[in-house]
Amino acid sequence: MADTLIDARGLSCPMPIVKTAQVVKALVAGQTVEVWATDPGSVKDFAAWSKSTGNPILEQVVDKGVYRFVLARK
Amino acid sequence: MDEPLNLVLFSGTDDKLQAAAVLTAGAAALGRPVNVFLQYWALDAFTSAKIRRDHGLAPEAGPDGRAAVVALARAGQSPWAETLRQAKDLGGVDIQACSLSMDLLDLEERDLDPLVDGVEGITAFYLNAGNGQIVFV
Repeated sequence: MADTLIDARGLSCPMPIVKTAQVVKALVAGQTVEVWATDPGSVKDFAAWSKSTGNPILEQVVDKGVYRFVLARK
Repeated sequence: MDEPLNLVLFSGTDDKLQAAAVLTAGAAALGRPVNVFLQYWALDAFTSAKIRRDHGLAPEAGPDGRAAVVALARAGQSPWAETLRQAKDLGGVDIQACSLSMDLLDLEERDLDPLVDGVEGITAFYLNAGNGQIVFV
């Protein structure tokens, strides 16, 4: 289980990433967050955000149109 | 990525302001500083009296575009002012009113929504822009 869950389903770009950035900022290194999103840009956007900020993606699954990511604070 | 993104907002329609808010929030989420400079009709949309009003859409939207924008809003898209508020929560976003446009619209700083951090001239804007890209919306 991740430390925090962000349900960003139904939110359009860039709010899933904005909400994730807000939550991750408040975490300490090693803590994790799980994000649910339906924005079709999510896979590329979360990959770009992870690459740019250095916060790793630990898990990534797509299930019935919902993208689920588990991310860690570096 | 450390050079700021510099957005000059000129148009005051809701679609262009939404697009600018998305550019701002995306950059802020990546930790990139953003300077927003409000001119003309964009500045008018940031006054406390008008920020919550309907500001219309760019002419190219047409009736179908209007319907699409309304549908996205009903589906839960945040209004542009809310997107900017969230971007500012992330830090690194500075929104300044163009002093010439303040004169043009006969505005005082107290007429502006609290999203606006201050009033500056074009020279200060260029100084803060550094070598970062400047995007005109």
